[in-house]
Amino acid sequence: MIPAPFDYVRADDGAAALAALAEHGDEAKLLAGGQSLLPLMKLRLAMPAVIVDVSRAGELRYVRRDGDVLAIGALTRHGDVAADQTVRSELPMLAHVADLVGDPQVRHRGTIGGSVAHADPSADLPTALVALGASYVVRGPGGERVVAADDFATGFLETVLAPDELLTEIRVPLGVDGWGYEKFTRRAIDWATVAVGVVRRGGETRVALANMGPTVLRATATEQALAGGAGATDAAGRADEGTEPGNDVTASSDYRRHLARVLTSRVLEGVG
Amino acid sequence: MKLSLTVNGTPHDVDVEPRTLLVHVLRDTLDLTATNIGCDTTSCGACTVLVDGESVKSCTVLAASVDGQSVTTMEGLADGDRWHAMQQAFREKHGLQCGFCTPGMVMAAVSLLQDNPKPTGDEVRRGLEGNLCRCTGYHNIVAAVLAAAGVAASEGAK
Repeated sequence: MIPAPFDYVRADDGAAALAALAEHGDEAKLLAGGQSLLPLMKLRLAMPAVIVDVSRAGELRYVRRDGDVLAIGALTRHGDVAADQTVRSELPMLAHVADLVGDPQVRHRGTIGGSVAHADPSADLPTALVALGASYVVRGPGGERVVAADDFATGFLETVLAPDELLTEIRVPLGVDGWGYEKFTRRAIDWATVAVGVVRRGGETRVALANMGPTVLRATATEQALAGGAGATDAAGRADEGTEPGNDVTASSDYRRHLARVLTSRVLEGVG
Repeated sequence: MKLSLTVNGTPHDVDVEPRTLLVHVLRDTLDLTATNIGCDTTSCGACTVLVDGESVKSCTVLAASVDGQSVTTMEGLADGDRWHAMQQAFREKHGLQCGFCTPGMVMAAVSLLQDNPKPTGDEVRRGLEGNLCRCTGYHNIVAAVLAAAGVAASEGAK
C-alpha cells in the first residue's frame, strides 16, 4: 500500500514548519514520527496534499527541568522519553507509559507531540498526560499559547490546533504522590481496549480513561467520590459514568464499561 | 525527489516520488530483497531495518524522512564471509522455520541488544513484541537472541 501523491516539504525547525503551514494552510499535514499518520495515508483514510516533515527538527527534541515542571519537546520520541533519566526519576509514570506505546520500532520513531496532536482516544500518552494535568505549548503565527491537556482534544482525532499552528512542548508539573496505569489489550501491540491512568497529588486524585469516548476522558464521578471520602472500590464502580464507549470488533460498549470499572479499581488499590 | 542514503555502508543517490516508503526503495530501487513486506500495516515487523542503528518498520517510514541517514538491512550484517553473531545464533539455535520473518526478527534483535546487551528471556520476548512469526517459532528465536547476547539459557529463563 502506497500513500496518495503529495508535495513534500522538509522543515528542520519550528520556524520552517510554521512558514510551510502558513503557505499551504489546511491542505498541509505535519508529519512527525509518522507511526499513526502514515498507516492512515497508506489506507487512503488521510490524503493530505502537502506533507510538512518535521521529523528532523532537533530543536524540538529534548527533556529539561524548568522549575517545578518537566518540559518535553514535542518531537521527543517515545523511546527517548522511556529511557530518559530525568523522566524516570522525576515522572516515572510517564517513562512507564511511553514504554507501553506500540513496540520498540514504533517507539524509535513515534513522538510524544505526534501522539498528542493525533488525538486518538485509545492512545496511552495522551491518557497519562491528562491524568498528570499536563499542558501543551502551541506556536502559531501570532505567538504562543498554552492549552490544558483536558481542553486539547475536541473530538475523535480532532484538537484545538488550527491549521497554521504547531504543538511545540509538553509541560508536566512535578510532585506526584502516587500513580498507576492499567492498559487492557488482547494482543501485545494492540492499542488499548480500555486504559486507566491515575495520579494522586496531595488530596487530589485525577483519573483518566482511554477509549471510553471520542476523546480521552476524566472519570469525574470517580474523582468526586474519592474527594468525598469514598473507598477505592465504591469510587471505581462509577468510573464509566458519563462515558460513551464505542462498540466494535474488539469489545462491546458494555464490556468497555466493565473494563473501566475493574481497571480503575485495580489502579486505585495499587495507588493506595 | 532526489535522496542520498547510505545503505549497508554504501552511499546511494536515488530519485523517487515523495510518497515512496523506505521499504520500496530498499527492495525495488536498490534490489535489496532480504527486507520483506508482511502485513504492510506496522504490525508484523517483517520489514524491520536499522536507521542510524535503531530498529524501525520500513513500511511505515517515508524514504524522504531518512534522507542523508544510514540504513542497515540484513544484507549488511555479515562482515564479508563472517556472519554477524545474531545470524550465527539463529542458525545454531534453529531460530527460523519458513524464514519469512527472519530478516526483520534478526534486525529487531540486533537493535534490542544495543539497547539492552544482557536481557532476560522475558525482556527478549517483550523486545520482540513488534515482530510476528507465523510458524510460531518464538521459543528458538528467544534462545537465539539469548545465545547471541552470551546469556546462558538457564539464566535467561529467569
